[in-house]
Amino acid sequence: MKIEDLYEAAEIEDAVSDPDVAHLIINKDKIVGENEIAGLSVNAVEIEDGVDVEVVVEEDAVIEKPVHMCFGMTQEEGLQRIILDMDIRAGSEIGILAHCVFPKAVDVRHEMDAEIRVGEDAEYSYLEKHIHSPKGGLEVVPKAEIMLERRARYKNDFELVEGRVGELDIDYECVCEEDSILEMTAKVDGKEDDDISIREAGDLVGEGARGVLTTRVAARDDTDAEVINELSAEAAYTRGHVDCKEIIQDRGEARAVPIVDVHHPLAHVTHEAAIGSVDRKQLEALMARGLSEEEGVDLIIQGLLS
Amino acid sequence: MSVLEVRDLDLYMEDEQILDDVNISFEEGVVQAIVGPNGAGKSSLAFSIMGLKGYRDVEGEIVYDGEVINDLDVSERSKLGISLGWQEPARYEGLKVRDYLNAATDDEENEDVSRDVLEKLGMDPDEYLDRAVDSSLSGGERKKIEMASLLAMEPDLVLLDEPDSGIDVSSLERIFDSIDYLVERDATVILITHSERTLEEANYAYLMCGGSVIDDGPIEDVGMYFEDKCLPCETKNIPQKKENGRYEN
Repeated sequence: MKIEDLYEAAEIEDAVSDPDVAHLIINKDKIVGENEIAGLSVNAVEIEDGVDVEVVVEEDAVIEKPVHMCFGMTQEEGLQRIILDMDIRAGSEIGILAHCVFPKAVDVRHEMDAEIRVGEDAEYSYLEKHIHSPKGGLEVVPKAEIMLERRARYKNDFELVEGRVGELDIDYECVCEEDSILEMTAKVDGKEDDDISIREAGDLVGEGARGVLTTRVAARDDTDAEVINELSAEAAYTRGHVDCKEIIQDRGEARAVPIVDVHHPLAHVTHEAAIGSVDRKQLEALMARGLSEEEGVDLIIQGLLS
Repeated sequence: MSVLEVRDLDLYMEDEQILDDVNISFEEGVVQAIVGPNGAGKSSLAFSIMGLKGYRDVEGEIVYDGEVINDLDVSERSKLGISLGWQEPARYEGLKVRDYLNAATDDEENEDVSRDVLEKLGMDPDEYLDRAVDSSLSGGERKKIEMASLLAMEPDLVLLDEPDSGIDVSSLERIFDSIDYLVERDATVILITHSERTLEEANYAYLMCGGSVIDDGPIEDVGMYFEDKCLPCETKNIPQKKENGRYEN
């Protein structure tokens, strides 16, 4: 498999050829493409089995076009370690579209250890799209520690857009200072013997900080899924909501653990969690339009995870 | 010519008889109504014909186009050309109107059909195709999208459960125009209703009370009787003694 195939799988051929679009392309432990633009510096160093990346967005810099990052492996086997340090400085704005592409994986482990600081009044969004092998021969272990300073905004979306999950172990933790806003969303479709573990945690320590944790998981076949959403509110006027929905089909198993921890009488945090099979009325309404039961289930899950 | 026959149909749910010896022969290409007060068994009859869960275990026969369909599931019945519009249609998190309508057509790649049926319901496709069929839609919007999906599907026989429920006056004519459109396409339309206005759309009506069909005839007769004697129902779905060829409530 050639590196161009990674670009094609991630549909980023146009982005990497645009000089106005910053990008960083990593294949296993090799940096195969990078482009910096004004206001953004990327320092990537190859290490054993991976790459150590430092990203700095300069104060008040506004990066207009989404930055493309591709962490992939063209090989069938191996380990990829990504150490990521993101410094989004005060008043800056950046959006990153990250593709994690492992289309041939048979026995691959992808680790990500990220430290992210979002400065005062800065905005950072990170859309993480995973393209996996249909065989599911993959362990994906992303960890992130995030710090939001006053009035910072952070939005993270995790999606598996193609292939099987394999083993997924997400652990994201965020500390939110005064009037900052946290949004974390993970959507995963588990099949066969996929093993899904998602922990998203927000600590609303500053007055007026807000956080929303959203998770959508389908656990089909023999999938095992566990979702832990933790939101703690330490200060006045903090607001938060945890929303977890899991659909189980076949022999799938799912657990949802919403943890809401409130330490201030003027804080308000809510949660909802639902686990169950596909709603019968929803399904029969689609079947009454000519879909088979399987097609109906697929369409409902496709909507839920869209 | 009869397209759907319900023969000696009984339905029990948790030892309670919901349908009691229902016999109806629906004529092909005609708008027919099943009328009756709340709790008369109208929706239960429609759900039994569609084969929904909980309504499959019936006694008697449901015969569509000469074939007994009791053993067929919802999907199999819909593939024969039967469909149902719900009184309160299901909502779907994240499912786009575009995908919902495409699912009802034979050609899922063809968006022209979806645009066309939305326009027939007075809905701007550019505004609605990318919206989700979820709680962000009003009851009336959801109901019109339900009807749009039926137009997209072009069923041979369609059961419409309270088609005017939740619809504002300005949209009501769109719903009735859609019924006309289905009939123009040779569909048989069965209206489940207790609305006088909707009843006017039908040519023939069956009056249900207490799980049984107690009368049938042209709308002029059954409709007037229903309006006079059943609205409101003062005998809690217990048919009263028949006098002068009519049941009395």
